Amino acid sequence: MKNNNEAIDPITLAVLAGRMEQIADEMDATLFRAAFNPIIAEAHDASHGLYHAQSGDTLVQGKSGLPIFVGVMSFAVKAVIDKYDAEDDLVDGDIFIFNDAHIGGTHLSDMRLVRPYFYNGELFCYLASVGHWHDLGGAVPGNYNPGATDVFQEALVIPPVRLARAGEVNQDIIDILLRNTRLPQSAQGDLNGQMGALDLGVKRMDELLNEYGQGTVQSALAALGQRAESLMRAELTSLPDGRWTAEDFLDNDGITDEPLPIRVAIEISGDAMQIDFTNTAPQCAGPVNIALPTTVATAYVAIKHLFPELPANAGVMRPIEVIVPEGSLLAATFPAPTGGYTETILRMIDAIFCAMAQVSSELVVANAYGTINALSIAGKRANGQPWVMFSFYGGGHGACCDGDGLNHGNAPISTATIPPMEILEAAYPVMFRQWALRPDSGGAGEHRGGMGAIYEIEVLEEQGAEAFLFGERGKYAPRGIAGGGEALMNVFRYQQADGWHNPPMVSKMRGIRLQQGEAVRLETPGGGGFGPAGKRHPAKVATDVRRELITPICADSDYGKDWRTVIR
Amino acid sequence: MSDPHKSVGVDVGGTFTDVFVLNEDDGTAQVAKVPTTRPDQSGGFLHGIKQHIDRLSDIAVVVHGTTAGTNALLERKGAKTGVITTEGLRDVLEMRRRDRPHTWGLRGNFEPIATRQHRIEVPERTLADGTIRTAVNLESVRTAVQQLLASGCESVAILFANAYANPANEISAASVVRKLWPNPHVAVSSEILPEIREFERFSTTALNAYLQPEVSGYFHRLEQALSQDGFAGEFMIVQSNGGVMTVDNACRTPIRTALSGPAAGVIAAAYIAQNAGFNNVITGDVGGTSFDVSLISDGQSMLSAQTSIDFGMVIRTPMIEITTIGAGGGSIAWVDKGGLLNIGPESAGSDPGPVAYGLGNERPTVTDANVVLGRIDSSSPIGGNLKALDREAAALAIDRHVGQQLELDTSAAAEAILRVANSRMAGALRLVSIERGFDPKQFVFMPFGGGGGLHAGAMLAEVGIARALIPRYPGVTSAMGCVIADMRQDFVQTVNTTVDGLDENRLTLFMQAHVDDGGKLLDASNTRFDSRDVSFELDMSYAGQTHTVAVPVPVQVNNGCVLPLSREVIADAFDKTYKRSFGRLLPNGVRRIINLRSAVTGKRPKFDLRTLAPDAGTKVVKPKAKRQVHFDTQWFETAIYNRLELPAGLIVVGPAILEQPDTTVLIEPGLQGRIDEYGNTVIEALERSGGE
Repeated sequence: MKNNNEAIDPITLAVLAGRMEQIADEMDATLFRAAFNPIIAEAHDASHGLYHAQSGDTLVQGKSGLPIFVGVMSFAVKAVIDKYDAEDDLVDGDIFIFNDAHIGGTHLSDMRLVRPYFYNGELFCYLASVGHWHDLGGAVPGNYNPGATDVFQEALVIPPVRLARAGEVNQDIIDILLRNTRLPQSAQGDLNGQMGALDLGVKRMDELLNEYGQGTVQSALAALGQRAESLMRAELTSLPDGRWTAEDFLDNDGITDEPLPIRVAIEISGDAMQIDFTNTAPQCAGPVNIALPTTVATAYVAIKHLFPELPANAGVMRPIEVIVPEGSLLAATFPAPTGGYTETILRMIDAIFCAMAQVSSELVVANAYGTINALSIAGKRANGQPWVMFSFYGGGHGACCDGDGLNHGNAPISTATIPPMEILEAAYPVMFRQWALRPDSGGAGEHRGGMGAIYEIEVLEEQGAEAFLFGERGKYAPRGIAGGGEALMNVFRYQQADGWHNPPMVSKMRGIRLQQGEAVRLETPGGGGFGPAGKRHPAKVATDVRRELITPICADSDYGKDWRTVIR
Repeated sequence: MSDPHKSVGVDVGGTFTDVFVLNEDDGTAQVAKVPTTRPDQSGGFLHGIKQHIDRLSDIAVVVHGTTAGTNALLERKGAKTGVITTEGLRDVLEMRRRDRPHTWGLRGNFEPIATRQHRIEVPERTLADGTIRTAVNLESVRTAVQQLLASGCESVAILFANAYANPANEISAASVVRKLWPNPHVAVSSEILPEIREFERFSTTALNAYLQPEVSGYFHRLEQALSQDGFAGEFMIVQSNGGVMTVDNACRTPIRTALSGPAAGVIAAAYIAQNAGFNNVITGDVGGTSFDVSLISDGQSMLSAQTSIDFGMVIRTPMIEITTIGAGGGSIAWVDKGGLLNIGPESAGSDPGPVAYGLGNERPTVTDANVVLGRIDSSSPIGGNLKALDREAAALAIDRHVGQQLELDTSAAAEAILRVANSRMAGALRLVSIERGFDPKQFVFMPFGGGGGLHAGAMLAEVGIARALIPRYPGVTSAMGCVIADMRQDFVQTVNTTVDGLDENRLTLFMQAHVDDGGKLLDASNTRFDSRDVSFELDMSYAGQTHTVAVPVPVQVNNGCVLPLSREVIADAFDKTYKRSFGRLLPNGVRRIINLRSAVTGKRPKFDLRTLAPDAGTKVVKPKAKRQVHFDTQWFETAIYNRLELPAGLIVVGPAILEQPDTTVLIEPGLQGRIDEYGNTVIEALERSGGE
């Protein structure tokens, strides 16, 4: 995109902003409808957008995709620009594909497709699609391998390669992909869906540019970035200057049972902000490392939760500098494993929120449950057919100045919904003994944290099964803010012939054998509280007790006995 | 005439109660509009009917489009509801599908309609394949009933896991509960929605129970008021699917009335458009706070399977698909910190309403822009009880909140508000057409409700639609739809099998049960049907895929007896539908059937819309007035016509404004309005040969 920007009137800008957002939304919707695997189709673990032709910066992103992708996708586009644009042989109809997390961020499950978009023979911008595929080989079905010590044990790694040249799809690439997954049909379906979404984006962009002209649309894109930046600067200016710090910990890296500190210092001066992760744990052996693009994108997610009205484009991050020391857990180098990136970035967001709560508690929501709890139960049926039930489980949200936290929400980095229990029971040989809220799990406070959940799952298959868990928050609880209390921690247990057990790594576990009639039980954390518990009205405590969301013992110890005088 | 011979449609809205009376003997029709009475709506209901009918014994049928159910849900005014559920699953309603109210910000909370202490677990368990693992403990059910009654619950929902696969445990529990429960307000998940997905089924069933006392009470009050005044005909209710049902049925399943009023509007729009020669229509209802859009393709309105009335309040029942955006006449225009003009979602509604109403709102709305630009007559406002609109106050608000920020004068700022509002409305039109694979050029746009006529021309320009069709009485479209709608009952049953593994007899039994139950419901009403119709669809997908496609299947029904459907025919029907939706089939894919959906329809007699039409005439029509109206960048001396006086065949060249008691129709420069033989106004690009 060249800088032949025309001045654009504010009305056309408002109209174009809506039109372009609609294009990205429509790409999202196209993939959700067509995708085979439920992680995309139901949980919406995917994203689409428009990216700058030279810098790869996010120009416009869909509203319904996964929040973490909003920041990370531009790195995927940059990776393609770095590798191919230099060769200067990009042509209309090219599509690039890769999943290399060290270049594009997040983890290997996220398949990225990048397509240069040409208008009148000239590169105008990039369109990109990312979606979480069900399986890409590796040691663990579903690719959440808590014991991985390099990426090769996680999944097949694909660097940016050309999937299509001038509209001709290279079947060789597809053949390699499909030979490296346990679920080739799902992979083919998802790939078709992503290509379909990109085709649609091209068609819609053509229509838009035909209608408004290249110059006007370019100007609108530039103006929208400018506008996001000035909005962000205005927000920062309204906050006090200063430096605030916070630290939190990951339980372990799945290899050695030692905590990993995440430290952040936030400095606001005038209309700029620095987010400094110096003194965070160094790169580790296990898969909770993350690559630098993921770290930058996570800072963006945290900021956007603090200022939800800000638009979704790169302008927001211009006033913000993210500092990550070399060799850090947050800037891991190839081939360090990154499969559990979700846990690390959730902890970063928790730490950023705790630091920002010191700037203004009204701006911030207390910590949410803070773990994705990727649980897979897998086995073979009597006829030899393999099955993998893979899902993420929910927990409580943090309280804020407006009120109590939400019970059983999704992770702040995601908008994913959980598949219905009946769909899981119909598809896999399991039965949920319990699917319920977990009493006492929300942090105490003037406003109480939301409740986490209890899921107890029994294996019905005669052949038995194996269970894998990738979780966190088994040793460090989600925190409250402004004097609010901590939530309960994550508890995972499994049942075998000799009774119930806790896994050695607390929140991570690989290949536990379960016989028919045995079970796993996940008790997820709640959210942190807001404000001192003493300020909570006894009638509200009494209501929670009456609803059995809080046990009388817990109510007494957190809030004192005043509630007993209110209860009928 | 002593025989009952009149059909009456009544649509009760927030401000007005609209009535449409059809005399079946001579085909003539009349309309009335009276203020809605609160809190008891039956006052306005009867008052409206009596505008044109002296003796209620003349009425054969009253059909009601209502928002009573929606309002009770939105305002949380349903009954205290208890839940009896499977051990371990007490919290399904509260846990939802693990979503959150807003993507960004992490704030917001949710209270289910049944609080936790009123959700009681009982030992029972059915597995996904229908095996009963634990028979229901009826003693526990009795204890639960006593507990719920003791705590004051008025209605109860029975929500058991996998009851779609085998309802035996629910049936046993329900028979015990119904013996003990002091009223009929017992909702059972396998009766309301025998479909897989526990949250959606439980939510729909619990919300039904929540509405039963309130909504059935309302219907009974109306029924009583009608019969006291001599009405002895059939009283029926419009469902969200656009069909009507008997009032008894509506009292049992009020959840099916959630979109009753708007659905009736879409039914009428389809009928009006079809008569006028258009089978493909996009309807748009411009209200105070929202713009509701719906698409009719080939005469059929699109149905959606599910909607959320509010966060966490999911209703799964077939309903006319209506897409709503927060841009209506009362939507507030504001400039954000980044200098971008926004419309809504905040709205001044109808109270306090636009600045021009002078009732306390000081922030400019879309209506204020229309007033300032002369498009709405400020000296004799339509709708509401105001004498005049305060145009100066509206101008001041636009200056202060939009003009100054954007450095625009008043009329340019007002034009900017309309442009952004129109662009948002156009976005909704694109959403329902382009995004679903329909080409908007093949459609006409039909605005109805009071405000649509002001924005029709803009939709042509923005979306590329060739013409807009404004019905003769856009303000009473929903009431007319009540009279037109067929009787219809939808059924669903989860089947959950591969096509190869299908037990054809089992499927036939399900279809037969739907045909029998539907037939009984039609028989139970005292309505005359021109014909009856049954249709079947299967929700299908490839194994491993989660989204299904609705596959219409050809089933023969001979004298009410369903003939079996073969696996081959089903496979073939799936391939055709799938290919049309996704472009290509999946080689070696395993075809699955998830649900059977059946619809049983009784076609009600239609009436001739021409009876509403104006006389054709060649008389020269004079504008009733002229006033200055702003379009684009300049003011035009614009002719104002009394719309209902315009003869069929007349062409009015823009700029012009057509006014009627509850609607203003705008014909912009470069467009023309043609009055068709039904009295509809067709707005399209100016014909060079045309003229007044």
